[in-house]
Amino acid sequence: MNLFGYAQQFFDAPGRWSGADGIPQRLLEHVQYSAVALLIAMVIALPVGLLTGHTGRGGNALSVLATAARALPSFGLLVLLTILMGLGMTPVMVPLVALAVPPILVTTYEAIRAVDPALVDAARGMGLPRWRVLAQVELPVALPLILSGIRSGAIQIVSTATIAAYVSFGGLGRYIVDGLSQVDYAKVVGGAILVAALALATLGFFWALNKVLVSPGVRRR
Amino acid sequence: MIVIDAVTKRYPDGTTAVDRLTLEIPDRSITVLVGPSGCGKTTTLRMINRMVDPSGGRILLDGHDIRERPVNALRRSMGYVIQHAGLFPHRTVIENIATVPRLLGWDRSRARARGLELMERVGLDTALAKRYPYQLSGGQQQRVGVARALAADPPVLLMDEPFSAVDPIVRKGLQDELLRIQADLGKTVVFVTHDIDEAIKLGDMVAVLREGGRLAQYAPPAELLSAPADEFVEDFLGADRGIRHLSFFGTEGLELTAEPIVAEDATTEQVRAHTIPQTPYVLVTDTEGRPRGWTHAADRAAGLPTELLPYGHAFTYGQDSLRAALDSAVLSPTGWAVAVDAEGRAIGVAAQETIAAAIRGAHATVGPRDSVRGVLA
Repeated sequence: MNLFGYAQQFFDAPGRWSGADGIPQRLLEHVQYSAVALLIAMVIALPVGLLTGHTGRGGNALSVLATAARALPSFGLLVLLTILMGLGMTPVMVPLVALAVPPILVTTYEAIRAVDPALVDAARGMGLPRWRVLAQVELPVALPLILSGIRSGAIQIVSTATIAAYVSFGGLGRYIVDGLSQVDYAKVVGGAILVAALALATLGFFWALNKVLVSPGVRRR
Repeated sequence: MIVIDAVTKRYPDGTTAVDRLTLEIPDRSITVLVGPSGCGKTTTLRMINRMVDPSGGRILLDGHDIRERPVNALRRSMGYVIQHAGLFPHRTVIENIATVPRLLGWDRSRARARGLELMERVGLDTALAKRYPYQLSGGQQQRVGVARALAADPPVLLMDEPFSAVDPIVRKGLQDELLRIQADLGKTVVFVTHDIDEAIKLGDMVAVLREGGRLAQYAPPAELLSAPADEFVEDFLGADRGIRHLSFFGTEGLELTAEPIVAEDATTEQVRAHTIPQTPYVLVTDTEGRPRGWTHAADRAAGLPTELLPYGHAFTYGQDSLRAALDSAVLSPTGWAVAVDAEGRAIGVAAQETIAAAIRGAHATVGPRDSVRGVLA
């Protein structure tokens, strides 16, 4: 059977679109895990990136940290933490957050550093306090780049959140893990297609977010 | 009044940007800081709004040390214009202008009304209010920069090479606009430039700084041109400082002759009657009296085919300076300058010799130190 055959078999299966193991439920779980992980990563990475970018200090330490974090194997971390802490949401969240922090942190830092120094000079010279310079000048101007960092973090989380299923949680990974253990390739293919579709939807979401949040003066149209 | 009192700025690496500089900057006038790069002019300006803190000395604003006030309150009381305008790209023109009023707590509609008023004041079409900076030309951006600095009506305006990034024609427009605004508002303007012509055009007082941040001379521009303090100032003013000095002398006393001017439909007798011995040419005007060009009087009177020689450019009598008159004479192929009234009608002509005499006369009234050597042979 070919790929399309598997896919058709998966999506046509009875009960696929409802119930606890139905696509809507699994999709919702997957989105929930991803959103929580992304939110935590943003809470950690954005303030640090904004502050180090604004002051210009700590850039080197930051890139070392980011490179190190990138080298962490998500699956290995999940297994290790589950052994140490037992089953739970924390061993799932830690690797996902660790995945998204480096791109958000590094791009935010770089984005703020890349803001034209003349703008900051003008803002300070007009008597804007430091926090207003950051919030009202540097952040809005750096926003497209910052969003791109969050976007790449989000895509990585969405693609990797399948690992939650290995430690008995839900999400789209359920289909892949179950499909492999049941030797049900239609399930594996279906799960993979859904994850890929969700990643594309995430891209679309950030494209729309960019339209809404970034000033036309910065987007230049 | 801003008093810069023995101010020094030394950086940790040992370089001295400003060296015991003392200047009194008078109220309601334009004071220009000019000098070559590395003379500390920008550093001096930035010490006035505490963007840079001096290593020694003090700066007084109306008798009070500027360090007595909270730094952001001090900055909000001083308009600040920088080289590339530094407009916020994410904000519209009107939002940019309203920055400081909003910071001071004005409500949106009042800040907006003030913004529109300022756009008109700086010569911007209010239709541009909702545009973003990237949609404006360099000159328009700089006008927005000036409007933004004036928004909260600060008594002091600090301008750091505001016009040096735009082309010469736009720059001239911006300079004229600044002088017009200053005539209306009477701000205490401190203006930094490396362009001596700009300094002379704009400054009521000009401080010439030299490398290492030392003051070379502090004087009104006419005095600077007539009596440079030393060789450095003389070099900095350039070789044609004598010619430039002429821009401070008006043409109102210049003796004109209205004789060699004829209308284009003049008869042979009229042309003959208007020919004077000093020149073989007569100036031909159109029916409204505006100059068209010079023509050879005898040939025209004899009915020979003649062509019009260009007259270069005319100067407006009583309004333009002797520099403009001299320039007009030098550019004219006949050696005579054409004077027009405010409506552009030719009212007389003046020979180079007459202008030279007027220059000598002008110098005689301001004393021997002001003599311009070697301007005219």
